Amino acid sequence: MDKIPILKMGDYLLVTIQVDLYDRLALNLESDLVNMINKHSSKGVLIDISAVNIVDSFMGRILGNIAQMSKILDAHTVVVGMQPAVAITLIELGLPLSGVHTALNVEKGMALLQEKLLLDSTVIADDTDDNT
Amino acid sequence: MITLNKETIAIKREQDVVFFRNRVNEYAEKIKMGLLNKTKLLTAASELVRNMLIYAKEGKVICEIVTISALQTGIRLTFIDNGPGIADIDKAMTDGYTTGKSLGLGLPGAKRLVNIFDVKTVKGKGTTISITKWKNG
Repeated sequence: MDKIPILKMGDYLLVTIQVDLYDRLALNLESDLVNMINKHSSKGVLIDISAVNIVDSFMGRILGNIAQMSKILDAHTVVVGMQPAVAITLIELGLPLSGVHTALNVEKGMALLQEKLLLDSTVIADDTDDNT
Repeated sequence: MITLNKETIAIKREQDVVFFRNRVNEYAEKIKMGLLNKTKLLTAASELVRNMLIYAKEGKVICEIVTISALQTGIRLTFIDNGPGIADIDKAMTDGYTTGKSLGLGLPGAKRLVNIFDVKTVKGKGTTISITKWKNG
């Protein structure tokens, strides 16, 4: 059985999709990721799809699901490296991927995750200030 | 329309989809189709082959390189299954309509991505969907 590796790096999980996705593989990735977030109390998930040639409605739905599920588990998701042709095709297909954060490359995606984490911690700090 | 090259690919399980997409990719490269048109064709093909697997369990796809003039070459894919057919084709072509659990973008989305889209369906007998994508256009 093929498997897409998920790498843990501090508070983050990194996923680089390097193979042709078929539906079962994408579904497995979804459940593996949610389990990993839970196991490592991860705060962010970075999914690199720069090697993915096509994203169809199923794959798009999986990406949306991952973002929503990780949100409920208090983690942010950023999808990075989408090929321009894939972006154009997604919009024409009618799938704007709303609710999924995106960045141009891994570097910018990581910066976005760190920013979001920082924002979260300042909000919590503000809340405690109000209580005292 | 003249057919230059023809091949039939059987679709019986999910892993066949990867092989099928690779074949379509090779056909697209053979006629030097641009990256954007190729991505659109592959995405549409992926949607239709999934529909086939979900609703009809299995089927076959005929891949053809077709031409109408020296200037216009393209790829025609014909998806043939003996599944339950589509009960209401007008509804099925509407964004967001689904009888399954999907987003309901497969058929209308695929239609937007290709140049020619043709559906023939008989309830209880099966569905044949033919799509054509030109190299330029």
